[in-house]
Amino acid sequence: MIPLGHYLIVSAILFAIGTAGVFLRRNLITILLSIEIMLNAVNLSFVAFGRAQGTVDGQIITFFVMTVAAAEAAVGLAIVIGLFRHRESLNPDAFTSLKW
Amino acid sequence: MSETILFYLLAGVAVVASALVIGQRNPMYSIMLLIASFGALSGLYIQLDAPFVAMAQVIVYAGAIMVLFLFVVMLLNAPQEDGAEWDRAHPLRRPGIGRFGALLAGLLIVQLVWALTRVNDVGGAIGARGDAAAISSVRAVGRVLFTDYVFAFEATSILILVAMVGAVLLAAREGSR
Amino acid sequence: MIAFIPLFPLLGFVINASLGRVLPKTISGGLASLVMLASFAVSLAVVWRVASLAPAQRVVEQTLYTWIASGDFLLDLTLRVDPLASVMILVVTGIGSLIHIYSTAYMHDEVDSEYARYFSYLNLFAAFMLVLVLGANFLVLFIGWEGVGLCSYLLIGFWFQKTSASDAGKKAFVVNRIGDYAFILGTLLLFVRFGTLDFQRIASATAPLGAESMFGTLSVATLLLFIGATGKSAQIPLYVWLPDAMEGPTPVSALIHAATMVTAGVYMIGRNAVLFSHAPETMVVVAVIGASTALMAGTIGLVQNDIKRVLAYSTVSQLGYMFLAMGVGAFGAGIFHLYTHAFFKACLFLGSGAVIHALHGEQDIRNMGGLKAGLPITYWTFLIGSLAIAGVPGLAGFFSKDEILFETFAHGHQILWVMGILTSLLTATYMFRLVFLTFHGQRRHDAPAPQHPEEEQPAAHLSHQPAQAGSHLPSAGSHRHDAGSHLHDAPAAMAVALVVLALGSVLAGYAGIPRALGGHNALGAWLAPSFSARSVTTLADRAVGEVGEPEAGEAGGAGVELSLMVVSSIIATSGIGLAAFIWLKRRELADKAASTFPGVYRLLLNKYYVDEVYDATIVQPIRIVSQEGLWRGIDVHVIDGAVNGTASIVEGGSTLLRRLQSGSVRTYAGSLFIGVVLILGYYLWR
Repeated sequence: MIPLGHYLIVSAILFAIGTAGVFLRRNLITILLSIEIMLNAVNLSFVAFGRAQGTVDGQIITFFVMTVAAAEAAVGLAIVIGLFRHRESLNPDAFTSLKW
Repeated sequence: MSETILFYLLAGVAVVASALVIGQRNPMYSIMLLIASFGALSGLYIQLDAPFVAMAQVIVYAGAIMVLFLFVVMLLNAPQEDGAEWDRAHPLRRPGIGRFGALLAGLLIVQLVWALTRVNDVGGAIGARGDAAAISSVRAVGRVLFTDYVFAFEATSILILVAMVGAVLLAAREGSR
Repeated sequence: MIAFIPLFPLLGFVINASLGRVLPKTISGGLASLVMLASFAVSLAVVWRVASLAPAQRVVEQTLYTWIASGDFLLDLTLRVDPLASVMILVVTGIGSLIHIYSTAYMHDEVDSEYARYFSYLNLFAAFMLVLVLGANFLVLFIGWEGVGLCSYLLIGFWFQKTSASDAGKKAFVVNRIGDYAFILGTLLLFVRFGTLDFQRIASATAPLGAESMFGTLSVATLLLFIGATGKSAQIPLYVWLPDAMEGPTPVSALIHAATMVTAGVYMIGRNAVLFSHAPETMVVVAVIGASTALMAGTIGLVQNDIKRVLAYSTVSQLGYMFLAMGVGAFGAGIFHLYTHAFFKACLFLGSGAVIHALHGEQDIRNMGGLKAGLPITYWTFLIGSLAIAGVPGLAGFFSKDEILFETFAHGHQILWVMGILTSLLTATYMFRLVFLTFHGQRRHDAPAPQHPEEEQPAAHLSHQPAQAGSHLPSAGSHRHDAGSHLHDAPAAMAVALVVLALGSVLAGYAGIPRALGGHNALGAWLAPSFSARSVTTLADRAVGEVGEPEAGEAGGAGVELSLMVVSSIIATSGIGLAAFIWLKRRELADKAASTFPGVYRLLLNKYYVDEVYDATIVQPIRIVSQEGLWRGIDVHVIDGAVNGTASIVEGGSTLLRRLQSGSVRTYAGSLFIGVVLILGYYLWR
């Protein structure tokens, strides 16, 4: 039997990796991928907790998270496409018009 | 025993693949690696007696979302990220930031682990409660989903609809409608 | 019914103020005079009613409504007519009506709207003055007090396009204000002490107390009230506005600055006779200031060259007499002199107005002379008025002035008596100097050109100038063709007023013939109940309330009075004789005296430089502090600096902060990340 803590540690590491990716990468697509990593990490911890408590609620939440992640990925990618058409670049630093 | 090995294997694949994802230059490779990571996670879900979630992970995440990413990358035919040249042009970029980001990530891991260790009874083995059958079946999930969380379910369906319309509108080529 | 007395003039004000611009002159002027006459009629009726009551209960009251009801403090808007008030309302409405009638002719050259404006102000003034004298408590009196101050400002500055007139109006208002400040303080002190502001209640509360031996509450309060009176009634130190007030139209000078407003201070002291008699220190101050002012003003009046200014200083001097009377405890005598003075001073002012009117604006007596034949009515009324003010026996001024002097002497103030006698001599002398220079001899044009720096600037030359430009500006040498050729005497309206007032100057005094001459001092007896507390009668009160009666055992009674009367008659006649000798026969003596004592002459001509002293010590320092210190220093630097500085700080801060908006998404994400780490760390730490 694997203790709950192990799952949570895995989840934590995944989350940290995802955050680092958002911060460090300079490609919009990769940033979105890192966000997906973060969401998955959270999913994992939800399912683990749900199992530890013996309810099915963890899976329900995961279900919703996945749905929202899908919607968000779709819209986000649509925006990336639009941005790319505008600037021919996927570097987030190319889009700095909304500044002081 | 085998469970433990399986766990470590799957967990290792997931973590390593994710770490590699954020390190790749070519987004194609990142996507492939992420699919691998998702597969490993799916295995972890099965270990957690959540077959429905595992299947959803494979179908939805690895199958749909990642494919979408793939399509977009191929559609855009994006140039490779050229960090060095951009750094010279843009004054806000400095090499120290990368190291700083890694440090922060490490810090975050430490914090999260520290937090987790202070939570009670995380040492207890999962699955010690023997009600795996009650919670793992799709029927059980469906029952709760359509009774207690039916409102959220319906709301989510509207959310997907909105996202679909939004994606179509945003990505449409101007003047081509 | 009492309320109608001030209400009629108020109505006249409302009509003239609102509709005046479209009303023809006859209507606005006629209406104004009519309401005054109506008020006079009502006053007569009310006084008749008061007289029909027994002497000890001669009070008629009308409460209009409860004004202040705050906890235990109740103050009603009450009008009260007692003997003192009855004298005042008859004087105000009677002489006021005459002056309104006079004004209809005097101001006839004005435009319709200006004419109506003048009468609206005049009516408003009458309304306020009546409120002042009818008020039953300090607050109602103060309404009237402030109101007449306002109307004085409005009327002095009536020709406000002229800088000197508007300046004079402002000066009057500001100087009055200083007095009013003291008045308010005194009122508050009395309220603290007695818990009420009603005159009768204060009087009955004070009556049983003994006279204050040290400087206590009563003395301080009455002293403050007296300072207010010096402002309103032009005594030292706040008299400086009255000579400048001659910038206003002459009927205004007659009504406000001779007969009514300036007597408000005297009335106020008379109203609070019980209070003042319990504060002997204040009484001494009152008497000394009164006598000093009388003497000082008399000396200044001796050398002035503007006809109205001579009369102005004469007013100040006579007011000094009234205050002297109040100060020695002879309240009835003071009011008696107020009453007779109203007649002859109004007569004199209106007469001077007729002269100015006839000479088309000339006011310098050095340019006059030989008017006796051309202006008979004016001359004879003016002469009667002058005889009265000089104190010639048989005319009104003699009885009242004499009573004051007698009371002063009888109460033991010999020095003040001497000052009074000297003033009497000066009065006779300068008044008849005025008569002889104005009406006798040949028409002269002696006044030097207006730009003479040593002379007091005769700005009053321009006081008859109506609002349009190009009027009758006299200048030396341009009037030589005027002599007697088209002099017209006072028109009917003006003549009526002059004659009635002259008659009054003769007959008014007979109301108060002292016992020593066989009369029974009707006026004094009439007024006596007003000067004592109603409920309590102790020996002290009765001694205060009795006026005009010689104190047996103090100064020998009737004999002293008669001999003093003889002395003052001799003084009066010798003054007239002196004036006749110098200015009728040997005019060069006056000029020689002036050149022999040039310093003294200049001192008197420039009114002892009091205005200049005030300006240097009070006005300029205040102006400098305000302008440099308060305005430039505090307002510009501190206050504006704070406001602008706040704006600058905000601007600077926001300039700094907006650099956070770099537009780079990664920077935002990075800051989010850092924030998460920090917050998580913080919570884990705790």
